[in-house]
Amino acid sequence: MKCQLCNKQATVHLTEIINGEKTEKHLCEECAYNDGITIKAHVPINELLTDLVESQEQASELSELTCPQCTMTWSEFRKGGLLGCPKDYEIFDEPLRKIISKAHENAKGHIGRSPLKVSGKHQDQMSLFRLRQKLQHAVDNEDYEVAASLRDEIEKYGVHN
Amino acid sequence: MDISSLYNHVAPWMDGSGPMNDIVISSRIRLARNISGFLFFPRADAQQQRDVLNYVHDRLMTTDVGKSMMYLDMENVPVLQRSILVERHLISRRLAEGNGACGVSISQDETLAVMINEEDHLRLQAIAGGLQLEETYSQINRIENVLEEQMEYAFSPRYGYLTACPTNVGTGIRVSVMLHLPALKMTGQIEKVFRAARDMRLAVRGFHGEGTEPIGDFFQLSNQTTLGKSESQIIEELTSLAVIPIVEYERRARQKLIDDRQVALDDKIFRALGTLGNCRMINSEEAMFLLSYVRLGVHLERIKDLSLNTVNEIFLMTQPAHLQNWYKKDMDPTQRDQMRAEFIVKKLSSPSN
Repeated sequence: MKCQLCNKQATVHLTEIINGEKTEKHLCEECAYNDGITIKAHVPINELLTDLVESQEQASELSELTCPQCTMTWSEFRKGGLLGCPKDYEIFDEPLRKIISKAHENAKGHIGRSPLKVSGKHQDQMSLFRLRQKLQHAVDNEDYEVAASLRDEIEKYGVHN
Repeated sequence: MDISSLYNHVAPWMDGSGPMNDIVISSRIRLARNISGFLFFPRADAQQQRDVLNYVHDRLMTTDVGKSMMYLDMENVPVLQRSILVERHLISRRLAEGNGACGVSISQDETLAVMINEEDHLRLQAIAGGLQLEETYSQINRIENVLEEQMEYAFSPRYGYLTACPTNVGTGIRVSVMLHLPALKMTGQIEKVFRAARDMRLAVRGFHGEGTEPIGDFFQLSNQTTLGKSESQIIEELTSLAVIPIVEYERRARQKLIDDRQVALDDKIFRALGTLGNCRMINSEEAMFLLSYVRLGVHLERIKDLSLNTVNEIFLMTQPAHLQNWYKKDMDPTQRDQMRAEFIVKKLSSPSN
């Protein structure tokens, strides 16, 4: 079967029923993607950057953002796709957040292994991180009493953590 | 220990054993780590890159695991040897082609590698034959436990291990399996499998990983999401939602070929064996393509007098860099195609050669 929009082989077949009316779509991978029906699996970082950031950047002065530590600017990162130092994650937090979320299935934050050694300024955040790990564990085990008290403790750190 | 002693035989993990080895060639896990207090490698100047290399190397060498490994400063490794390391899956193409101070430590059995100054300061790698992701993860964890006592990593509670590319942030883990799927390819079902894998946000790549096209029905499957899931969750999802079902499909497709199209299947297998056994010139792509059928034939016991070990040996030794090293001379592609043919014909006529 040929794609309805171009002449390539149709590989995506969609049947929709809206208000009792049935419509069928037969598209090739490319057209299905353009139509928003499927998502491209391996989205290269550069594409993520152009797609996501262009709109918000027109409105703000993001491209002027500069990291004091590695002197990387946001627009430089957009061109190369690689960050300059760990501090960039703080400096570019706002625009990066959307990219990271998109690249990682809307992940909210890190779960998993954490390092043994963490320097001074992160100590507070580390205890918070460990609390979150425990919370995840409690939720997984359906231990809701423990989970509730962990949530209380986490709230003490403030909402934005 | 001299690294060149490795080059003339296959690594122990490539001996064709391991769970589900009829379909799963290998399991590999990589972890990305950066040292706190340094710029990321791509941003650092030559001096800073050297500093990181020395910092990591010195600390690695204070550990027993580090001492038991072979360390190579890439600056001292000639181009041909770099390619050999890539062909053996010990280093990435990026490290082989990279400029700047970088190095690698390799365990004697070639199952562990610590790359220094690849895209991130550290890329730890563990590899095993067959489907052994959990074992591979515990192996990489062992070395990670030792290393993290020696250095402080760049880490944020929200984003986990911080990496030069935001697509690796969080666990920094890349879990991949190399699959051999000739029957799914022959029966025209491979695209369906890939689409399903891509819907699960898995990457499908060729034999040599990133940026390579699939040749000879070998495909690498790996996770792309590294944040928001634990390491064990990522491994478990890849295994139970992708690898195991694909192995089942491939086995079913193989069985169906035997049941419905046995003569056509045998024809492909034995033509491949015939061509390999009688060729006088063959490029590596064609060799991989034909070896794929031969490997299938050995597993389905259609070919009975050839061991999997020999097939694997031909696979590895006929890749361009290994071949040049074996014959101890630089060769242009035409000469290489002749030597490759000579090597294969000799191996197939008497596998002990």
